[in-house]
Amino acid sequence: MGDIDPQVAGLTASHLWLSWEGEPIVEDVTFSVAAGELVCLVGRSGSGKTTLFHALAGLTAPERGQVFVGDKDITGVPGSVAYMLQKDLLIPERTVQDNAALPLLLKGMSLKEARAQVASQLDRFGLEGAQGLYPDQLSGGMRQRAALLRTYLMDDPVLLMDEPFSALDALTRADMRSWFLDLMSRLGLTCMLVTHDVDEAIAMADRILVLAGNPAQGQVSRLVGEVAIECPRKDRGQFMLTSDALATKRQVLELLEH
Amino acid sequence: MRSARRSWVAPTVTVVAVLVVWQCAVSFGLVPAFLLPSPLDVVEALIVDAPLLASHGLVTLTEALVGLACGVAAGFGLAVLMDRFALVKAALNPLVTLSQTIPTVAIAPLLVLWLGYGMLPKVLLVALTTFFPITVALAEGFASVDPDAIDLMRTMGANRWQIFRYVKIPAAAGSFFSGLRISATYAVVGAVVAEWLGGFDGLGVYMTRVRKSYSYDQMFAVILIISALSLALMGLIDLIARIAMPWRAATNKSVEVSHASQGK
Repeated sequence: MGDIDPQVAGLTASHLWLSWEGEPIVEDVTFSVAAGELVCLVGRSGSGKTTLFHALAGLTAPERGQVFVGDKDITGVPGSVAYMLQKDLLIPERTVQDNAALPLLLKGMSLKEARAQVASQLDRFGLEGAQGLYPDQLSGGMRQRAALLRTYLMDDPVLLMDEPFSALDALTRADMRSWFLDLMSRLGLTCMLVTHDVDEAIAMADRILVLAGNPAQGQVSRLVGEVAIECPRKDRGQFMLTSDALATKRQVLELLEH
Repeated sequence: MRSARRSWVAPTVTVVAVLVVWQCAVSFGLVPAFLLPSPLDVVEALIVDAPLLASHGLVTLTEALVGLACGVAAGFGLAVLMDRFALVKAALNPLVTLSQTIPTVAIAPLLVLWLGYGMLPKVLLVALTTFFPITVALAEGFASVDPDAIDLMRTMGANRWQIFRYVKIPAAAGSFFSGLRISATYAVVGAVVAEWLGGFDGLGVYMTRVRKSYSYDQMFAVILIISALSLALMGLIDLIARIAMPWRAATNKSVEVSHASQGK
């Protein structure tokens, strides 16, 4: 959003209590993501990660608690946080450039201007030459990059991503991760990413938050701890092969057993 | 390429064979000519009556097109309301279905009785028969949108109209054109049926007259014209659909290409 300075604005959740169709899912979640930081939220399937993200994006209102971007209260109001859902959700009837241009068009920009702005970013997102193609003509990795370009063009200070690489094959996923980390560092994006893959979290995050619980069994989820990863993002490939990475993984897994 | 040619050959051969058998059956006296005119008789009637058929055909086509336009407009409006308000959908669904169980031939004389012999009852009958496929097709198309796609649009700050324009309309385009194709054939037939039951011009009126004078060659000629009109209308709609949905052509082509490369 134009009224928030992306260089200083982080994301803050303050004592969030969430429920779904009357059933409590998540209780008393408080955390913050600093500007430029990449935080991974790790939790088992069904622990309420997506519910939490929907609330952070303003798609659902919490029972209690607040969400801030910078010092602006965005609780229950969509449009201030860019959200990339599990599926790429590219509109099959629009070309890559027109899909990516959507957030600009929604803000009232002309199609011509919006396409020009998309064109200037195609290179950076590895989509040069693909602007005129339809989503069904793209590979999984390209679809994800197109969705990411669309998310980036929302021009929101904070980016939420819900298992963005889970639909890709293992090799493409590894490529996408390192490409994305590089992009994040260059653009100075603030990002929170959901994953159930602990290795992925260690490969990407500056900090890992662990959500544990099983709401379906009446065990409401809470944040049970956090693990910081000191290694710089660009050295993460090597770090993954060290015993430190293994120790980190053990720490996260223990928290998940909580 | 070869398969494209083959798809042409089989139906052409079938049609020609039927025509030859038909012509022979009449020529050799297997069927009396006053009961069944030969294909050549039909062609002759078509040529002789061409000016008359053209003027009647124009009337029928106008009724069909105006009625279809009204039916599409009504169907679109109804589908939008049903999509927007769940209550409207629940309330109108049975009524929409019920309206299709009323036979056209039963309602046509009533419309003529109420609205006279002019164009209005014909247009109305066509609109009544065509709106249903449009409503159903569009309502299904709108409902087929992934709710997550709507959530995503909301996170981009889209309002209801923008969601409708950028997500729902394109998603419904495919089923809309399928519905429109069906409606187009209903439109021509609906106009003819309405003309049977009262009026001064149109192919239905012409049909009633030649039937009464036992001119079956002219009868077959007019049937041919009605089929041709329906087919032409369907062809036009297919053309519009191709232009309106460029993604179909693009993705079909890419599928063909990938099949071809697999073949190698």
